[in-house]
Amino acid sequence: MIVADRKKIPEIRDMVKDHERVLLVGCGTCVTVCLAGGEREAGIIGSALRMSLKIIGREAVTVHECTIERQCEDAFIDVLAQRVGDYDAICSLGCGAGVQALAERFPGKAVYPGLNTQFIGILESQGVWTEKCAACGNCRLDQYFGICPITRCAKRQLNGPCGGSRAGKCEVSDGTDCAWQLICDRAKSLDKLDVFDVLMPAQDWSTSNDGGARKVVREDQCIAGMGPKA
Amino acid sequence: MKNNINHKPVILAFCCHYCAYAAADMAGSMRLQYPANVRVLRFPCTGKIEENHILAAFEQGVDGVMVAGCLEGGCHFLEGNLRARKRVERVKTFLSEIGVEQERLEMFNLSSAEGPRFAQIVGEMSERIAPLGPSPLRKNAQAMDVGLAAIERQTELAIQGGSK
Repeated sequence: MIVADRKKIPEIRDMVKDHERVLLVGCGTCVTVCLAGGEREAGIIGSALRMSLKIIGREAVTVHECTIERQCEDAFIDVLAQRVGDYDAICSLGCGAGVQALAERFPGKAVYPGLNTQFIGILESQGVWTEKCAACGNCRLDQYFGICPITRCAKRQLNGPCGGSRAGKCEVSDGTDCAWQLICDRAKSLDKLDVFDVLMPAQDWSTSNDGGARKVVREDQCIAGMGPKA
Repeated sequence: MKNNINHKPVILAFCCHYCAYAAADMAGSMRLQYPANVRVLRFPCTGKIEENHILAAFEQGVDGVMVAGCLEGGCHFLEGNLRARKRVERVKTFLSEIGVEQERLEMFNLSSAEGPRFAQIVGEMSERIAPLGPSPLRKNAQAMDVGLAAIERQTELAIQGGSK
């Protein structure tokens, strides 16, 4: 899932303080699961934002909250369309995709981000999320026994650890596992360490952030007049 | 308004049914004196108290909020009071960000047999908040009464509904 965390209240306040009516829109998908922008967080951030506005003398700004099932899909934004007319600004508590989907759908409204989108990751333990995927567009997890060196190695090394690997930890911080230690441990347990006798080819970055925003098209799903958008 | 020692702060006490609420009851039975400007809200457990319950209280203009739960290790629901403490700490960060003194919010632990301690912590909380003056979010008394009544209704509904 996409993992995000909230912006500080003063930062959000400064974005919206010159508007009159602000709709704070939560998202019921990834950011609900990572406790950053779901219904509960929308209520909390909305309350804190109203108080913050009052303290700087902008209590005239109306802040209401609502949460839709998924901000990154137009069909789910439909339920918001009628309501948005009553507001002059939207603050999205979705990921960057959600913010942009709202901005695209409501061109006449100011749209602001309430979260900082962090990464694609998993829930490691209660309240802890860790990055697992860099969305590079060219998955090589088969070659690295299910542990991604592009995401989890600070240097993105594809052929073994660097000299900063100490007792299974990365020199970047004591709390960061050395991805190559994990890869080697796993290869060893599968009796496949000899795979690394051969040099792995360099990553083909043309599938990553190369040539602008990426697009996935499934022609068999494209019905005439219904997409994909030009 | 700050440093007004005559200021009588309005404090909302979120109390666990199994300890602080019973302790408040005992304090009453023992005819112990404590500040009258404290309003008590009963929860089945402090673990049921959400961040937005506390923030809503501040939004309605109360001067302080105290959350009173069972002694650590003694929660009727095992860890509700530990969760409550974490939530209180989180709300303090929100208060700090928006410019409200963190001292206006505190978590206490006590048992149902500690009526005198309930009276004592209410007194301590009142003394701590009074020098800060009224909350910067203070409303007039009538508006705050209406707001607090709404919070009481909402929390009662949330407890009955079990979701919020």
